[in-house]
Amino acid sequence: MKKEEVKKIKDWMSTEEYKEKNFNRKAIVINPERACQPLGAVLCAAGFEDTMPFVHGSHGCVAYYRNNLSRHFREPFAAVCTSLTEDGAVFGGQANGFEGFKNATALYKPKMFAISTTCMSEIIGDDLGSIVGNAREKGHLSEDIAAPYANTPSFVGSHLEGYDSMLNAIIETLGKKTDAAKTDIINIIPGFETTIGNINEVKRILKIFGINFLVLADYSNTLDSPLNGEYKMYPDGATKLEDVKNCLNNKATVVLQKYSTKKTSATLSEKLGQDVRIVKSPIGIKATDEFLMTLSEISGKEVPKEIEGERGKAIDSMTDAQQYIHGKKFAIFGDPDMLVGLTGYLLEMGGIPKYVLCSNGNEDFKKEIEDLFSAYSESEGEVYIDKDLWHLRSLVMTSPVDMFIGPSHGKFAARDAKVPHIRIGYPIFDRVNIHRYPIYGYSGVINLTTWIVNKFIDILDDTCDDAHFELMR
Amino acid sequence: MAVNFKEQESIVEDILNVYSERAKKNRKEHIGINDKETCGTCIAKSNVKSLPGVMTPRGCAYAGSKGVVWGPVKDVINISHGPIGCGHYSWGTRRNLAEGEPAVENFVPFQFTTDFKERDIVFGGDKKLEQAIKELHELFPTAKGIIIESECPIGLIGDDIEAVAKKMTDEVGIPVIPVRCEGFRGVSQSLGHHIANDSIRDFVVGKGEIDDSKKTPYDVAILGDYNIGGDVWASMKIFKEMGLNIVAHWSGDGSIEEMKITHGVNYLLLHCYRSMNYIATHFEEKYGIPWIEYNFFGPTKIKESIRKIAKLFDENIQEKSEEVIKAYEPKMQAVIDKYRPRLEGKKVMLLVGGLRPRHIVGAYEDLGMKVVSTAYEFAHNDDYERTTKEVENGTIVADDMNEYEFVELANKLKPDLVASGIKEKYVFQKMGIPFRQMHSWDYSGPYHGYDGFEIFAKDMDLAINSPSWKLVKPLWKK
Repeated sequence: MKKEEVKKIKDWMSTEEYKEKNFNRKAIVINPERACQPLGAVLCAAGFEDTMPFVHGSHGCVAYYRNNLSRHFREPFAAVCTSLTEDGAVFGGQANGFEGFKNATALYKPKMFAISTTCMSEIIGDDLGSIVGNAREKGHLSEDIAAPYANTPSFVGSHLEGYDSMLNAIIETLGKKTDAAKTDIINIIPGFETTIGNINEVKRILKIFGINFLVLADYSNTLDSPLNGEYKMYPDGATKLEDVKNCLNNKATVVLQKYSTKKTSATLSEKLGQDVRIVKSPIGIKATDEFLMTLSEISGKEVPKEIEGERGKAIDSMTDAQQYIHGKKFAIFGDPDMLVGLTGYLLEMGGIPKYVLCSNGNEDFKKEIEDLFSAYSESEGEVYIDKDLWHLRSLVMTSPVDMFIGPSHGKFAARDAKVPHIRIGYPIFDRVNIHRYPIYGYSGVINLTTWIVNKFIDILDDTCDDAHFELMR
Repeated sequence: MAVNFKEQESIVEDILNVYSERAKKNRKEHIGINDKETCGTCIAKSNVKSLPGVMTPRGCAYAGSKGVVWGPVKDVINISHGPIGCGHYSWGTRRNLAEGEPAVENFVPFQFTTDFKERDIVFGGDKKLEQAIKELHELFPTAKGIIIESECPIGLIGDDIEAVAKKMTDEVGIPVIPVRCEGFRGVSQSLGHHIANDSIRDFVVGKGEIDDSKKTPYDVAILGDYNIGGDVWASMKIFKEMGLNIVAHWSGDGSIEEMKITHGVNYLLLHCYRSMNYIATHFEEKYGIPWIEYNFFGPTKIKESIRKIAKLFDENIQEKSEEVIKAYEPKMQAVIDKYRPRLEGKKVMLLVGGLRPRHIVGAYEDLGMKVVSTAYEFAHNDDYERTTKEVENGTIVADDMNEYEFVELANKLKPDLVASGIKEKYVFQKMGIPFRQMHSWDYSGPYHGYDGFEIFAKDMDLAINSPSWKLVKPLWKK
């Protein structure tokens, strides 16, 4: 094609007219930031001691989850499947299930299989309960190996629901409520959290608080394991199965993500009688304050002086950098809980969350963002659910922003919009070590401020003329 | 050096002992010790079902069709037809580079999906697909084709994508091509290659007009180069210098418009035999166009390949080809002089797909390295037939090698480098063994051609000789 012709079409793609067409589409989805349920299920499984994620489905699916999770964490990710093929579609997948249990037990010796499904096993109507039951009866699956199972059809919800269903199944299957007195332990459920630094930050805060805690689905060590010359398929530091068994006798459960834990939270509070506190993900000062208040309330302990000191330092870091964020417009995208947190943080900094776009958010989420806008009298902010990154492109090309914040897939639209892009969320495939740094807590405030502000300053230095290339910024 | 087959056999035997009798019998047939004298296709059983539960490295038919064959074609839109996941996972993760303005001339960096929900499963998705195609045509008017890549549910719920494709081809005026690459078909991504080749045969090949006035005796097409990290550009440079005229390259940085006129070429040059032998055979049978396999990894194989291809043409090309070989020799010698002393005698274990488990061997040998085991994810008999000639006697050759076997084999063979994929990378690095991804070139490349060899050598050196590996054991544990 001729250059002028190409340019003409590309320019048209940045117009209001194109935006309208783009927002009118009903059937095709273009560049959505959303994965499918089983990916969330296998991630959740990686947080438990000696647990092998076991997917009832074809091996192509599992190869994809393993690839993608390994790319994000830059860590090994083990998972097996039943390798269903065409005859599975005809005869059902039970025989593959039996053989899968036997082989995986012989080779990988797990204490638990965390079983999930794919679209195929869901559509052919395989019943996981009877496959597991029959496998036990016929001796293909040892009684010593726990086998919680969850239905995780890829055509419902996203990776968030898959995570939720698997966690729910593990707690329901393993947890045993007894008449014993409640412990002083607080259960912490991070949710579909792929910033390892966030889980570590929460643990650090709890330690300073002096609170005994149990993280449910703790992969902060299994997906951040040391390189010491030895490969462990099940690295140390995951949630112990014995602890899951006892978790229902713990004092309370604090849930750090609302949208990836709906089923689990409901089961815990309504069915299992847990005192469940769902907090906003502690991103920004206010959300962190609220999280600490919740901890204080449940534990009866005052917020430690040390943490209060950290709070002051974080606010100090914000005010030092205010001028670089105030009034700047941001496009943010990714999973809903993170977006609620980032919206709060940006508003605290005087930034404008111009576009908050979520490919897997619901009406509750939308309202939560709108309430935040109202609380800060933010009139320019817009929130979009069930929209994708091609919609976002239309938005930023017609009414621009200064920065993108979100997972790696946003890089294409950010390039077209010629704005910087800070990587946060899932997945991050093109920057190293970011997921090791928290955006949670007061430390997270300092990290966020540092990345965002220094990126703006780098661009200023890279693009200004000699006269404005100043020493001080 | 005499090969101790007994020792190799006992290594394999040891590894297999953990399996049940039945599984052991199955896996034993897939692992052989190379013996050029006695072994043809018998070295490893292949292209059969994977055992459930073993952690096979294999992917699915969709991965083979969308990810490998169709995905790199830049001027068409690939719809991942079905639920959200497949398109998400295969979005931008194969490094098949393409030039051209994104959204106008190049649709490779996109993820298009019909995003099936429960109601689509229950009521069928044909209407949604029709609507999706209309919308795509409106939003991306310069796309030259729309490819429907079926995910598992499509075949299970009985949707008629062929009818939709036919109807919409007439309506939108560009080819709309149905590809039945549901992930449960076949035993690996290999069937997906075949299915995609067949769809190209049925809907693309021969559809373009050949302009006879532009034909030359030197017209060729490249098949089976996916332009990972720029491979096809490095290869084309050599062919051009030889005096050949490249009419089409399949499918890296490729276009459907070129595919349509490929039947006008004189020869087909085939790099990845596994994924495109089907279409090559079709061209031969229907149009009488001969195809020839070549190997552009490492100077020894490149030289052999250039001469093999040059023989098909006249003296003019043959002379130029010798000049090309001569011109690059000092550069290649400099690469070898620089890196061979740092890599001499290092042992390599391979587990890759397609052509690589045999094709890269020569490049390692050019650097003085020794491939001690090689394994395929999804090969067939004809791949093993070719492999036995390329690797030394005593090399362990394995089919569909799973993670357990790979790790155990490494514990016994103690390689200096493992070359495989992302799923394997961090496993071996945790063991303190240097690693390179050989599907994606570990975000480097190209590795094809003379330009690629220099990068390949540098990368193998940096992997093996990085000072970080010496830090793995702390002072107090030495």
